Amino acid sequence: MHGVVNWAVHFFMLDEGPLIWLSDFLIICASLGILAVLTKFRLWKWLWDEWLTTVDHKKIGIMYMIAAILMLFRGGTDGLLMRAQLAWPNMHFLNADHYDQIFTTHGTIMILFMAMPAIIGFFNVAVPLQIGCRDVAFPYLNAISFWLFFFAALLFNLSFVVGGSPDGGWTSYPPYVENQFDPGPGENYYLVALSITGIGTIATGINFLVTILRMRAPGMTFMRLPMFTWSVFVTSVIILFAFPVLAVALALLLIDRDFGSHFFTVDGGGAPMQYVNLFWFWGHPEVYIVILPAFGIFSEVISTFSHKRIFGYSAMVVSMVAIAILSFITWVHHFFTMGAGPGVNSFFGVSTMAIAIPTGVKVFNWLFTMHKGRIEFKTAMLWAIGFIPNFLIGGLTGVMLAVPPADYQYHNSYFLIAHFHYVLIGGTVFGVFAGLYYWWPKMFGVLLNEKLGRWHFWTFMIGFNVCFFPQFFLGFMGMTRRMYTYPAGYGWGVVNLISTIGAFLMGVGFIILVYNILWSARYGERDVTGDPWDGRTLEWATTSPAPHYNFAIIPTVKGRDAWWLMKQNGESINGPKGVPFRPIHMPNNSGRPFIMSLFFFILGAGFVFQWWILAIIGFVGVLVCMAQRSFEYDDSHYIPVEEIEKTEAAAGRL
Amino acid sequence: MKPKGRRVGGLIALIGFTVLALTGCDSPKYWPVLSPQGPVARSEYYLIIYSFILMLLVVLAVFILFFWVIIKYRARPDNADYVPPEIEGNAKLETLWTVIPILVVIALAIPTVAVTYKLVYPPKVEAATAKVVGKSITIDVISEQWKWVFKYPAQNIETVNYVNIPAGVPVDFELTSSGPMNTFWVPALGGMEFTMPHMNLKLWLEADHPGSYLGRSAQYSGRGFANMTFTVNALSPTDFENWVKSVQQTAPKLTQQAAAQINKPGLIGKLTFSSTTPE
Repeated sequence: MHGVVNWAVHFFMLDEGPLIWLSDFLIICASLGILAVLTKFRLWKWLWDEWLTTVDHKKIGIMYMIAAILMLFRGGTDGLLMRAQLAWPNMHFLNADHYDQIFTTHGTIMILFMAMPAIIGFFNVAVPLQIGCRDVAFPYLNAISFWLFFFAALLFNLSFVVGGSPDGGWTSYPPYVENQFDPGPGENYYLVALSITGIGTIATGINFLVTILRMRAPGMTFMRLPMFTWSVFVTSVIILFAFPVLAVALALLLIDRDFGSHFFTVDGGGAPMQYVNLFWFWGHPEVYIVILPAFGIFSEVISTFSHKRIFGYSAMVVSMVAIAILSFITWVHHFFTMGAGPGVNSFFGVSTMAIAIPTGVKVFNWLFTMHKGRIEFKTAMLWAIGFIPNFLIGGLTGVMLAVPPADYQYHNSYFLIAHFHYVLIGGTVFGVFAGLYYWWPKMFGVLLNEKLGRWHFWTFMIGFNVCFFPQFFLGFMGMTRRMYTYPAGYGWGVVNLISTIGAFLMGVGFIILVYNILWSARYGERDVTGDPWDGRTLEWATTSPAPHYNFAIIPTVKGRDAWWLMKQNGESINGPKGVPFRPIHMPNNSGRPFIMSLFFFILGAGFVFQWWILAIIGFVGVLVCMAQRSFEYDDSHYIPVEEIEKTEAAAGRL
Repeated sequence: MKPKGRRVGGLIALIGFTVLALTGCDSPKYWPVLSPQGPVARSEYYLIIYSFILMLLVVLAVFILFFWVIIKYRARPDNADYVPPEIEGNAKLETLWTVIPILVVIALAIPTVAVTYKLVYPPKVEAATAKVVGKSITIDVISEQWKWVFKYPAQNIETVNYVNIPAGVPVDFELTSSGPMNTFWVPALGGMEFTMPHMNLKLWLEADHPGSYLGRSAQYSGRGFANMTFTVNALSPTDFENWVKSVQQTAPKLTQQAAAQINKPGLIGKLTFSSTTPE
């Protein structure tokens, strides 16, 4: 009995102190609260029918966004805990073990469970509408992608209170993360959760690649695609080449840990550096996977709020393709300091600098899109405008980092930390915020409040600069990343304190965003036109939110900025009057993606704790779900004409 | 609406940084990267400054264009009926801002490649110094969890968590690890290099003159990583020779127990031994 209690105390980490107890308490309260609300308002059936089983890209997009905002909260809390610990020399707020786990979950969550779902959420929200189709090419697969991500994120977050979080950094370099130095389930959580969400991401890449190749409305040629759709197309290609490499790296490391092989161990002929190569062969393209769609969003937003078409469309497309190609030949710049020869380091240094060229072209084209425009400073546009100078600092310090001999001094220092936060926050996070304010009415039929939006922008943007600009100096002062504490006497204390103040200001900005969302849900201005910004692309041609089938009649596209052209020519989205509606073929909802992903979760938990019976149960469950799907013949339905007429009449489009 | 305030702050910081960097801010303790104390660090420092100035020019150019555009073309009540022209692009302008970045990259790439190759070879050494201790010395570095072991193969001595080197002489640090990866970083003397198990990486460093410099690991390797620091003492060549002799004569031999203690994960202080293989 005593043994069981001891085991349970350790397993649920009740011996780890008040942070864990508080988390346990909050998790239990939140879960009970959700259950109570669902039961009290009889929402279980609604939840299942409308959300858990949906294959509608618009709803899946919304679920991605909600998950991303929750994960931004989790990753942001991790960041604030770290900044609190580093606020002053020799602090004892967190001990080394806790700090190590928190910086690992911060990085992993922000990249894979915040940035990824946020941008994939926008894929879902915007792409089918922008190219004038009714759903993605594989709606059922789309649901699987989402639920795999969801359960992987759940599994990863569970590690905080069950068994312990990974502590090898988000890069997870062996041999440190091998069993010899890092026993326990923590690292397994990392490997398993990333593998599961990686499967979903690869499926998303295939899905959107095929959607954009095959589902464009008539007349929507490639050189008429909206900029965001172009960015998604390029990103999908990068995903397809990059994510399988990550899957292999994670799988090999998991086999090392679970089955005692020696791919990356110290002994037995292991080659740890091989993991580093594999990881960054995915890792570098990954940063373009999260930045290119943000570029796409900025292009849409800047063009819309300057009331001008994008400047140099072809150059924008070419530079995105160039960035995509270059992104695969720069990975060694993450480890110039691993002893590659001068030839290798020179090549990868120069190839990295070369990325500045297409990126520079994009920046100037954005500036000249605004030039001679009439710039409306709506909140979405504020984020896009704020992006340019902040991303510029991030990008140009990136060029400084690309100089190998200089990188020998910057590597793993706070200069690097400052750099990548400038590109990832100044680029991706600003892009996500711009996208949220821009497409929020399309997602929910409600505009976010502009005044609160401005507060959100200014607090977050100023906080961000106060937080990360001083970190460039910390790098020159010799402070390295992942130090849980530092001694007094080197002048690091004050600089860190300033940085911490900035971080908390960003936290305030986030709270304002959440308040804005809640406030607008209740009091926000309803978007009755479907086109609140005088938009240019097809998503603004339909109701906010769009009807289930998106377009009653698939529009015919006559040029770039298709909806803008239609408005100029006084055309309706449904074409000439009097064209009769026809029944619309749509996919059926299915609960199986949810259930199958639940089995993936069980399978994953089995691998985390090496409980093989659990793993087998999960694996069999996954197989059964796949088999069932193979024998499912009745997986679609038709929306009858009367229903379409009713919906279109209500939207005033008859 | 004008995002001026924050930019001014950023600009002041940028200028402050430039002044700081250009004046050398001569404390290797507070600004080790920006106050190089040896030829390797100095080559890297010059590249840092050069790349910084190039990037600063780009920043200034873009910022001026940026603020001019967003101020001049902002929506105002008096231009409410202004309809922006639909401009497809401009081949001349677009060529211009493709070519200029290419030139900037070339301007940066040439010295980058030159220095990258240069750092593979040892820095030059003066003849007078070379007479005392030779043209260079070799020190094997092993990162343990979480300490630094330095073996002097020619002198047959070993130190832990500190290393004495002769000033003015290139030091060939041969880096390896007994377990997790670390990086060996002495910012005042030069950039870092990884230590990895079963691999030997070479790092040339040299100190101009006698002095004490802080080194640390920059690659996270577990619980004790933050404390994984060491001291580099650069001594005059004659002092160095004397130190070696006194260690050889007075320091204890490396024992099996001591070696096991060093190999066990944990933190220990500075140690000195007069042999490099445990007996």
